[in-house]
Amino acid sequence: MSTIQTSLPPGAAIGEPSAWTRLKTNRNVIALWFMLPAAAFLILFLAYPLGLGVWMSFTDEKIGRAGVFVGVENYEWLWDDSIFWLSVFNTLLYTIVASAIKFAIGLYLALLLNRHMPFKAMIRAIVLIPFIVPTVLSAIAFWWIYDAQFSIISWSLIKLGLITQNINFLGDTSWARASVIIANIWRGVPFVAITLLAGLQTVSPSLYEAATLDGATSWQRFRFITYPLLTPIIAVVMTFSVLFTFTDFQLIWALTRGGPVNATHLMATLSYQRGIISGRLGEGAAIATAMIPFLMAAIAISWFGMQRRKWQQGSDQ
Amino acid sequence: MTDTALPPKTQSNATKTAAALAAGDDSEGMSYLESLPRRLITLYLPLGIILLVLLFPFYWMGLTSIKPDEQLIDMEKYNPFWVVHPTFKHISKLLFETQYPRWLWNTMYVAVGATTLSIFASVLAAYAIVRLRFKGADTVGVLIFFAYLVPPSILFIPLASVIQAYGLFDSPLSLILVYPTLLIPFSTWLLMGYFKTIPFELEECALIDGASRWQILVKIVVPLAIPGLISAFIFSFTLCWNEFIYALTFLQSTPNKTVPVAIVNEFVDGDIYKWGSLMAGALVGSLPLVILYAFFVEHYVSAMTGAVKE
Repeated sequence: MSTIQTSLPPGAAIGEPSAWTRLKTNRNVIALWFMLPAAAFLILFLAYPLGLGVWMSFTDEKIGRAGVFVGVENYEWLWDDSIFWLSVFNTLLYTIVASAIKFAIGLYLALLLNRHMPFKAMIRAIVLIPFIVPTVLSAIAFWWIYDAQFSIISWSLIKLGLITQNINFLGDTSWARASVIIANIWRGVPFVAITLLAGLQTVSPSLYEAATLDGATSWQRFRFITYPLLTPIIAVVMTFSVLFTFTDFQLIWALTRGGPVNATHLMATLSYQRGIISGRLGEGAAIATAMIPFLMAAIAISWFGMQRRKWQQGSDQ
Repeated sequence: MTDTALPPKTQSNATKTAAALAAGDDSEGMSYLESLPRRLITLYLPLGIILLVLLFPFYWMGLTSIKPDEQLIDMEKYNPFWVVHPTFKHISKLLFETQYPRWLWNTMYVAVGATTLSIFASVLAAYAIVRLRFKGADTVGVLIFFAYLVPPSILFIPLASVIQAYGLFDSPLSLILVYPTLLIPFSTWLLMGYFKTIPFELEECALIDGASRWQILVKIVVPLAIPGLISAFIFSFTLCWNEFIYALTFLQSTPNKTVPVAIVNEFVDGDIYKWGSLMAGALVGSLPLVILYAFFVEHYVSAMTGAVKE
């Protein structure tokens, strides 16, 4: 039913079409041409580098020098490298804490925005601005807010009498970790909130009205109506959020470059440091490749989330 | 068909979200049951605090970029939350004494180039997957979805050597060729959703009238999917502007840099008076996107939610 060619008996009255004509109207051949530009980009600059990266992680390639296959030497080296393990720990901490808080605040904000209020459209549009502005540029603003000497946060807290001297936000290991996580949350919350809001808007208000008549409290309404209906989209949004947080690079690079004493080095920034700045491409590629298993786990979760959503759609009909 | 009945279809959702965002939906629901003081505590207060936190960095960015230096570093004499004699010194210094206009131009050039290429490739690919239904179309669709999930952080090292091998190192052209790998998967999925909502009958009529597939695409499908194209364009443009790690890796010489890379590398000189121009740079670099966003809020939101939901 999708195309008309198949329903025409070939060459009924006009005579057998030439091989060229048939080729020209063959769906698979046309589709090949249509897919060509996208496929070319994705194969040349995505699939091939992905494979090349895994290969490079087994070589000792350096900038300006072709690599020799060295087996798992890079990985053995990393296995004994405490800085690498510190970066793995940092990445997991950063991802788990930031994602959990982004989810909590994002969901709360989505619920607030879903309520009836004046200037609703404008408020929703404003909420998304942190997500629009390039990460590096907002990170630069945070850098200034976190400045050791002229931090506005320190100044305000001193004026309020809560602390006596400036907080060294990006110079102290614990403060630095907390600061980058807060900056990441700040940028991620609008994305989570607006996408969850889109999910909330598909929930019919009559369900809440019915539940209220049955005597449900507002917590029960959230727990037994909102949450189950929102689960599939939460799964997808949070997978994306986890994925992007896990592979974050620019926020850290703009704020701390991995310092102080590697306390904020994520796997991505360590990979850049070793691969590009120190020039040991093989080692950098090994760190990048080590991120793949984690990403696969996140993608698997996303996949099952989608399956579940399909099942839900099916039962809706 | 069931297209309009299913909530998570992109088109219906996109328009719904967009309409709700633009006009405010009329589902007042049970909100009239709440008293004003209660709404004040449960709605306006938390919302106000969150909005304040979300917007403060921008206020601070803007304020710093017009503050004279002595007010920046003397927090006792002047209230830091306000500015007494605003100055445009930082901004004019930025525009006339640095290569900032050049960096802006580079960013714009790369973003427009990469976005245009990606939209072209995505329209063709999405049409082929949704409407030509060639052998293996579903598999290709899934593969493209997976391509969306491959982050730049694991690709920049091998890509650097690919770019080197092609002789494109330190050229904005390298970014125009590489960015489509970020944009095509997303735009293709978005456009697939839009194309699915265009009735088959229109295409069948055109086929009977003797139109080729190319003519159908250009004269029927694309004009009907204009909102989708705008969404894909805006979102892709923003992504290009925001991209950092490829630009940082591939571009070396100062005049070739894009705004985010230049801001991070070129202004950091240990001078305590750098903050004014640094904030001016961040502000001027963000403004084009914010202005674009202000004009196309609905499209942007439908792109964002559509891509996640589809």
